[in-house]
Amino acid sequence: MDTSALVAPPRATFYQLQAANRRNSILLVLVFVALVGALGLGLDVFFLGYDPSGQRGLPFPIATFGGIVFGALYAMQGWYFGASQVLGASSARPANPANPAEKQYLNVVEEMAIAAGMPPPTAYVVPDPDPNAFAVGRDPAHASIAVTEGLLATLDREELQGVIGHEMSHVKNLDIRAMTLVTALFGAATLLADVARRGLYWGGGGRSSRRDSRDSGGSGGAIMLVLFVLWILLAILAPLLGQLLVFAVSRSREYLADASGAELTRNPLGLASALRKIASAHEPTRLINQGSAHLCITDPRGMKLNDQEGGMANLFGTHPPIGKRIQVLESMAGVVGDSAPIQG
Amino acid sequence: MFGIVLLAVLVLAALWLVGQFNGLVALRNQAQNAWAQIDVQLKRRADLIPNLVNTVKGVMKFEQETLEKVMNARARALSATSIAERGAAEGELSQGIGRLFAVMENYPELKSNQNALQLQEELSATENKIGFARQFYNDVVMKFNTAQQVFPTNIIAGMFNFKPSEFLQMPEADRAVPAVDLSTS
Repeated sequence: MDTSALVAPPRATFYQLQAANRRNSILLVLVFVALVGALGLGLDVFFLGYDPSGQRGLPFPIATFGGIVFGALYAMQGWYFGASQVLGASSARPANPANPAEKQYLNVVEEMAIAAGMPPPTAYVVPDPDPNAFAVGRDPAHASIAVTEGLLATLDREELQGVIGHEMSHVKNLDIRAMTLVTALFGAATLLADVARRGLYWGGGGRSSRRDSRDSGGSGGAIMLVLFVLWILLAILAPLLGQLLVFAVSRSREYLADASGAELTRNPLGLASALRKIASAHEPTRLINQGSAHLCITDPRGMKLNDQEGGMANLFGTHPPIGKRIQVLESMAGVVGDSAPIQG
Repeated sequence: MFGIVLLAVLVLAALWLVGQFNGLVALRNQAQNAWAQIDVQLKRRADLIPNLVNTVKGVMKFEQETLEKVMNARARALSATSIAERGAAEGELSQGIGRLFAVMENYPELKSNQNALQLQEELSATENKIGFARQFYNDVVMKFNTAQQVFPTNIIAGMFNFKPSEFLQMPEADRAVPAVDLSTS
């Protein structure tokens, strides 16, 4: 999927990228509702004695509706407060204009906001010596960009501009919006799957087996058993699938953000050189939480996995290999030099 | 039946017309807004230059000519009346600032002067903002002008008398080639 980006740098416009993200967001909400609905309905049918035909037991699928309402509330909380939670968890503080390096960082953020034609995001600094950066927020008007102290110390002005251009593209493409949504929804789904699995422990031996024996006479019993097994699998696998989805979304957005970031700075070599420096400092960024790995410019977990392609890396890596990203950026610089300038 | 079809076609046509017209207005406002953004940055640059010149004047005794050129270009930019004239003068000013930064490298005592360093960072940031604002303005103008030329929007543009906007041309400052370390370390 990602390899096509190596042959020709993506030339999709911001508008197309935003439209794709809007579509994906709607799809995601539908998947979420279906998933939570299925988990809740299972609880209703297998444990609370709800009967869809309405002849006996519970007249109302209470866990289904409860799950969807609770999931929606939980996801809304993540949608509105997720960004500040991520910033808080990484001990980020607002950039201080009295410090020359941070003043320069603030200036670069303003420059990139002008290039993107957007309101400048709030600029934060994470007190960590490892170079890294990330962007969060539910929409461009509520976006924040954070960089580590190590990044400000390591990069020169042009490289910093490349990194901020990359993060600004995540903001403008609505990537951060999609990621906030994914994180909020699957936070809620994971919690509900947890509740459903717990249902197995306290209800597992009791009511459901009694129901099974009661139903075993009819042909419905076998179908119920299959559905029950599928439901258990769903409850167990939902959190894992959610994680894999987050990783896949993140990986596919990175090349695009590199390319559109270079469109903003008109200088792909700045970001290429920044990535080179960041890659050579391949230490884990301790202050950035595991769960926020997909938000960063390079994987803060310092995993060797992200240097590879295929197999496990295609499933669990949050970023494409950094060497490939540098290669694509450098080939873009060649393209920019030889032909017409890239149009925004 | 025929009447209903005709009415539906007319309503759709009217909706389409409104949509296209509003799209053109949105682009025109975006262009005006982008121009205002450039103007803000050009004014900020004009405000910063005298401060920097006053700070470095004492140290850079042998560069009075460079400093004077910058101040003259600034005066011309401030008194320019047309977009073309303004663009030419502002471009000259950018070149002057580029030269000033280059010769400032020859004065090590400026490197330890916090005030000069701060002003230099502010001025380079403003230079960049001007460049990016111009890039954004020209992109919007290109979209606006293209929308006015392509069929069928050109009919509406003609009907409501939309005029193509002017690109902002500035002579490029001699930008130093970015020093990029290509060795794999």
